[in-house]
Amino acid sequence: MKAGTKLKSAVCDTEVMVIKLGSGAIECGGAPMVEERGEKGAVNPAFSEGTKMGKRYTDAAGTFELLCVKPGAGSLSIDGAACQLKDAKPLPSSD
Amino acid sequence: MDISLLLKMAADAEPDRVGLTCDGRDWTYAQLWNAATGAAVQIAKSGAEHVALLDTGSEAAPIALFGAALAGVPYCPLNYRLADADLAALIARIEPAYIVGDVGRVERLAPGAKHVVLSRADFVAAAEAAADPEREAGEGEGIAVQLFTSGTTAAPKAAILRHSNLVSYILGTVEFGAADPAEAALVSVPPYHIAGIAALLSSIYAMRRILLLPAFDPKDWLTLCSTQRATNAFVVPTMLSRIVETLAVTESKPDISPLRAIAYGGGRMPVELITMALDLFPVANFTNAYGLTETSSTVALLGPEEHRAAQASDDPAVRARLGSVGKPLPTIELEIRDEEGRVLPTGEAGEIYVRGDQVSGEYRERSALLADGWFPTRDAGYLDAEGYLFLSGRADDVIVRGGENISPGEIEDVLLTHPSIADAAAVGIPSVEWGEAVGVAIALRGDVAPSDDELRALVRDRLRSSRVPERIERVEALPYNEMGKLLRREVKKLFQ
Repeated sequence: MKAGTKLKSAVCDTEVMVIKLGSGAIECGGAPMVEERGEKGAVNPAFSEGTKMGKRYTDAAGTFELLCVKPGAGSLSIDGAACQLKDAKPLPSSD
Repeated sequence: MDISLLLKMAADAEPDRVGLTCDGRDWTYAQLWNAATGAAVQIAKSGAEHVALLDTGSEAAPIALFGAALAGVPYCPLNYRLADADLAALIARIEPAYIVGDVGRVERLAPGAKHVVLSRADFVAAAEAAADPEREAGEGEGIAVQLFTSGTTAAPKAAILRHSNLVSYILGTVEFGAADPAEAALVSVPPYHIAGIAALLSSIYAMRRILLLPAFDPKDWLTLCSTQRATNAFVVPTMLSRIVETLAVTESKPDISPLRAIAYGGGRMPVELITMALDLFPVANFTNAYGLTETSSTVALLGPEEHRAAQASDDPAVRARLGSVGKPLPTIELEIRDEEGRVLPTGEAGEIYVRGDQVSGEYRERSALLADGWFPTRDAGYLDAEGYLFLSGRADDVIVRGGENISPGEIEDVLLTHPSIADAAAVGIPSVEWGEAVGVAIALRGDVAPSDDELRALVRDRLRSSRVPERIERVEALPYNEMGKLLRREVKKLFQ
């Protein structure tokens, strides 16, 4: 896998684009994310806060960055540790 | 990931929201996406290796831009204002191409070439008819956009921007869907300029409706601004100057009160002009953006609060920032270096170097990036104590007289203090004695023409003898391109 890869949740509608890739398993709704989705499993209630369209998520160390390109019911984690929303520092529009 | 994802996200999030208004037609994000996928089908079928646009701004620009991305072919908008010979040379460099726009001109300039050429209307109709909405965005490994540089100092270079450069720029500077539904951005920069490409990408990702003005005219700009209630606009300094002039002489002022954000860039903004604009638009937020084609647009910004703080300040250092281009983006590293590549301290002028994921620094022929990723911009400038960037011209414009480096700007600034001089340009002219000597071209204001001796004395008194012009040419007006960039190679020809 590399930056630019699109991953799908195995348990909900979430899709993410990998912007920065560290080492570890990328999960959504408590299950590893996949490139091709098969039969949908169930969202683990511990990872069910949901993902938001267009938001970026990172791990605590900042080695991963994931862009949500389709929202869903599961929430993102790396090796079982929940990801956080990356704070957006708003810039004035320059275009 | 390729740039078509930016449009796909807007179309998935709010398919029925209007994303573009042009020539009285509204386009929703879903309609734009569908047309882009249809364009991709047509482009892929044609076997073309470039997608070119030879046209003013219209819906065809975003449809071709995203359609080319989805087909995995570089998008290469061309400057329709170029003279026939120059344009023919560029069209030959992109064969075989899928060309949208002026069919007659392409047929005349490239007879028998292996191009597929369509009018705007035929292209848009074919794209809408062939829509393939489920089409997937590609990996985005390749080139998204190829732009021929304006060639103010030499022949045009083919600058390339990869999908990764443009996506990094957008993700680093724009929050997805951040625009309020009432927001609308008036886009009047031509489609072949990096600012025209960046405007499409940024506005679509922010989900700010684009109001496309096909070709800039100050009256049309003001009319579109008031009738469509534009909230944002990007202008080059020449456009702002013409808008300010037009407003001053218009009897019934158009209501442009919704206009809250004016961004400008693409050329040197005279301090007098921005000061006048700040007074004329007292509630507008002004943003100065500095960037290059090779850096995917903006790398430094002077924001609205900084403009107002500078305008209101009595501190000369703070006030001077109205003439700066602000601070580097958080995602950009920026340094000032000397000719040996050593980093210079605060306040010293040298060449501007930048580094970041949005920086391509690549041309078709070669990459100008250094091994460690730094890009020498060839722009000259310095940083003040607070880290504000000031530009002092192109590094290539420096006049080297007997081993001494002379910045044209310092001579021009002195000449412009003379009440009879409306405009001035200093260039290096061949000299047997010095290698290069200073030549200046001046445009006069009014009928009083100062003598050569008077002007030489002015420069000698304010600067020093090496800056004194060897030759002075008087012209009606200095040569600028349509984006307001001074064409120094044309000025040099005055001395041949």
